[in-house]
Amino acid sequence: MTTPSSSRPTPPSPPRSPSSASRERVLARIRAATAGAGEAPDVPRDYLTRHVPDDPEALLGLLHENLADYRAQVHRTTENELPQLIGRLLDRRGARSVAVPPGLPERWLSATTAERRGDEPRLGPYELDATDAVVTGCALAVAETGTIVLDGGPGQGRRALTLVPDLHLCVVRTPQQVVASVPLALARLGPTRPLTWISGPSATSDIELNRVEGVHGPRTLEVILVTGGPSDGH
Amino acid sequence: MSGVFVGMPAFPEAARTAVADATLRSNLRHATHTIRDKRARAVAELADWVELREAGRRIKEQTLRHLDRHLLRLEESVTGAGGTVHWAADAEEANRIVADLVRATGETEVVKVKSMATQEIGLNEALAAEGIRAYETDLAELIVQLGDDRPSHILVPAIHRNRGEIRDVFRSEMGKWGRPAPDGLTDAPAELAEAARLHLREKFLRAKVGISGANFMVAETGTLVVVESEGNGRMCLTLPETLISVVGIEKVVPSWRDLEVFLQTLPRSSTAERMNPYTSMWTGTSDDDGPSAFHLVLLDAGRTDVLADETGRQALRCIRCSACLNVCPVYERAGGHAYGSVYPGPIGAILTPQLRGTASGIDASLPYASSLCGACYEVCPVAIDIPEVLVHLRERIVERGGPGHRRERATMKAAGWVLDHPSLLAAGERLATRTRALHPRNPPGARAWTESRDLPELPAEPFRDWWRKNRT
Repeated sequence: MTTPSSSRPTPPSPPRSPSSASRERVLARIRAATAGAGEAPDVPRDYLTRHVPDDPEALLGLLHENLADYRAQVHRTTENELPQLIGRLLDRRGARSVAVPPGLPERWLSATTAERRGDEPRLGPYELDATDAVVTGCALAVAETGTIVLDGGPGQGRRALTLVPDLHLCVVRTPQQVVASVPLALARLGPTRPLTWISGPSATSDIELNRVEGVHGPRTLEVILVTGGPSDGH
Repeated sequence: MSGVFVGMPAFPEAARTAVADATLRSNLRHATHTIRDKRARAVAELADWVELREAGRRIKEQTLRHLDRHLLRLEESVTGAGGTVHWAADAEEANRIVADLVRATGETEVVKVKSMATQEIGLNEALAAEGIRAYETDLAELIVQLGDDRPSHILVPAIHRNRGEIRDVFRSEMGKWGRPAPDGLTDAPAELAEAARLHLREKFLRAKVGISGANFMVAETGTLVVVESEGNGRMCLTLPETLISVVGIEKVVPSWRDLEVFLQTLPRSSTAERMNPYTSMWTGTSDDDGPSAFHLVLLDAGRTDVLADETGRQALRCIRCSACLNVCPVYERAGGHAYGSVYPGPIGAILTPQLRGTASGIDASLPYASSLCGACYEVCPVAIDIPEVLVHLRERIVERGGPGHRRERATMKAAGWVLDHPSLLAAGERLATRTRALHPRNPPGARAWTESRDLPELPAEPFRDWWRKNRT
């Protein structure tokens, strides 16, 4: 197996593109095209910020329902029982190795016998491909759409970690990491971090416009909703 | 637009062939009807759909009004975040920029995320000419690429293929491109998806250069957004060392907050989902995550011509959801290939003739590829009044003239004169009703019009005569 090393070589710098003339040309064309146009009206923002009431129990129920609707496996547990549940789920799926993002609470993997593979130094693509599972936290979850969002923060790791292994276990702390809607989610996320929004396992609608689960991303997504956890976010 | 589809017959001829293909019609009917109902349900879940649609439309209008400003802001943000911005005035320039960038990495193959813009400019062909092989990684694009076929739908380029045809393509072609299809592959969709997974994985793992488009670019933050389902997008955006994104200039939105509208309307309109499985957002480069080099190629290629047309510019609001294709009675029957462009269906009928002009037969016929029923406008999440633009483009084509149009204009002029003179009109009506028996079934020289329309039958006497006799 060839494994690219963790520190990447810097690619040779590309030739300076002679596109600055085109830049001026395109900008001039835009200005000419819009020269006579009137001012566009302001954007009305009278759409809803959320479509469901602000009730943590109901939000949790909705998140659960929507995650399951798109074929994520959903589990509920307490902070105390989390390690046992993670251990059981990894066992049940026959996962013998698990990728561990930096900053993942050590307790979470205290009840599994799967081989832990840390990402410092970085795991290469082939190493990741030969890793059965990955366990992460998340930045937040969106109840209305059944979405979890990862932003590369502690316990989440870089994007490839949750992409190449075939099983992704994602822990959501409730209620603090659950938001109702897409607008509320965006307001809480930092755009400068690489973000991945995940709604169910990998799927496609490309064969006769019917949804089929399981293409390139993890084919199994297990979401664990934890209650009674620490209130410090991650 | 590049000449990928040149030599296409005009829409009516191409459509006639397509309509005669029973398998094609059944594939299309099945697929479009499935998605239609699902979309309606997904949209009905949001009580504020009307407001979201209006907001989406206004955001795009605002952006287009000051497109120069937003693009400059975007350039600044992307550059500040470690990316490099290139400007391409036309398809050739964009292709050359990308080819140069790939060559500078020393690589001879790239993996691609499904992208309308790169299809439009014929990037794969241009790269092939430079000795660079581009692998399509979206399932439907893979089916099209392996089958040496052409895309026929914006979202599902292989919509014209049913599962049996897809299995046949995989069986016979996959081995020529890499890992062959598994033995005993059946036409079960899950097995077909698995075959694609195995075939493409080796390409993802060794890829050093990824090429993508983007659904949105946020000027304020420099963030690019790719909305997808399979995870092939994530693979291409995350694993390679160099990422090149080719994006039309109209894809910019001013602020981060604007995404809250489109991330609600796009998935529901396109795949009828509350949210698509994967959405990736990245801003320039990150020290410890994803590609270490990021290039953004901003593409004009006719878009500024569209922008200059007061009525036609609304086509630039399009977010490529393809809802208009799925509800269109003409698309359902004629299929995507008849439109002779990577943009088929109602949106293609207004976008293609504007992007590449109406000089060719196919492009001049596209604004007529519609019954003007308006279903496309109704489902459009950014409220593009497609029928309005179609009629506007027809006007443009008529003004330019042609034999049929000259006759039509002469007839209209004569009719106008008669309608202006009441006694002349009355005499004409009487003459017409009394000579009923002598009328030909179809007026000579108007076959193009009467071929698909019946002439109304004339009554035995004009209404004004009947009225005079019967009103007392």
